[in-house]
Amino acid sequence: MGAPAMTQTTPAHLEYVLRLGDAALIHGQRLSEWCGHAPVLEEDLALANMALDFVGQARMLLSHAGVLEGKGRDEDTLAFLRHEGQYRNPTLCEMPNTDFAHTMIKGFLLGSFNLLMWSRLCGSSDEALAAIAAKSLKEARYHVEHTGDWVIRLGDGTEESHRRAQAALDMLWPYTNELFAANPTDDAAAAAGVGPAWSDLAEDWEKAVLAVLKHATLTVPARTPFQSYGKFGRHSEHLGHLLAVMQHLPRSFPGATW
Amino acid sequence: MLTEAQAWQALDAVEDPEIPVVSVTELGIVREVILGEDGLRVVVTPTYSGCPATEMIAESIVDALKAAGAGKVSVETRLAPPWSTDWIAESAREKLRAYGIVPPQPALPDGAQVVRFMSRKLPCPRCGSSHTTRLSEFGSTACKSLYRCEDCREPFEYFKPI
Repeated sequence: MGAPAMTQTTPAHLEYVLRLGDAALIHGQRLSEWCGHAPVLEEDLALANMALDFVGQARMLLSHAGVLEGKGRDEDTLAFLRHEGQYRNPTLCEMPNTDFAHTMIKGFLLGSFNLLMWSRLCGSSDEALAAIAAKSLKEARYHVEHTGDWVIRLGDGTEESHRRAQAALDMLWPYTNELFAANPTDDAAAAAGVGPAWSDLAEDWEKAVLAVLKHATLTVPARTPFQSYGKFGRHSEHLGHLLAVMQHLPRSFPGATW
Repeated sequence: MLTEAQAWQALDAVEDPEIPVVSVTELGIVREVILGEDGLRVVVTPTYSGCPATEMIAESIVDALKAAGAGKVSVETRLAPPWSTDWIAESAREKLRAYGIVPPQPALPDGAQVVRFMSRKLPCPRCGSSHTTRLSEFGSTACKSLYRCEDCREPFEYFKPI
């Protein structure tokens, strides 16, 4: 992708793009952990394909972040040589996989958010980001279709599938608070036309998500004051373990190619 | 030195590695061929963000053009406007069907709502029956979904509109 002529990249602009790239990378990595373990072969393929989409989006976003930063770091350097405190993904992305219902609920909550986000980012003042958004939006629609169908199937399914889907929703729901927490990075990015303040997406997100959860006969947990802070680099204990696996090879064999 | 028309002709013979019956030009992923002083520049657009065939396609393009007599060849990626299955050539549709892949229906507009439990009535590419079931939204690659014909009992793939 041709780097656009940049005047001055603000720290908020870089942080905003890095956050999107990290969210895609960490969610993609979690999905890829399912490869060979899904309950049925068709879902193994679907999860691996969605993982590929997210890792592909992460590559474009992190490459762009490297250009914005202007210090010569490429996608690989940013993905494999940063420590957990330097990652900007929302905590929800790094929550470890438990069962299939958990992955579908998580994918649906994040996917619904991505759908709104990419749709708004198509009009970004950052042309390269707008191009990535237009591409990702098409993929996000299939992610939401697939995970949303499963949320309904599991929630409105058997007693056991309902119990598992409800447990996953109860566990993950508090982490969605973080997505919409106001912060100076969002305010600056929104003011510069880079992208929406994530808090602005809360209402549309909740509307889209609640409609499907209702259809799935799932009970929406009450909002609590719980806050997580992955976007600000303060992660759960799970991210370090994920990075240890993901970064092991390039850290053990720097510059390895095959 | 190749002319632009010769370069396009050489590209017509470059197959997609995942679907070796259609060429990269028929797929609509070659956006531009530019003859410059510093050689031949080919602008391609990826089908999906994570398509693992992207790098192999770029290598095949360089190899094909060099074999056809081009000097220096470079491949550039351009994201905007994003690739759409609407760009797949008419000539490729029948080839896809004969290969066992139902060609894509028109892509949805960007603002389109997500539809739940969409059941597309796709004719089986082998026996023509419309008594078919979707097994998964995602098939052997991200660009295809997996179906089964309830009459001839054979699985088949559908090139998803995007």
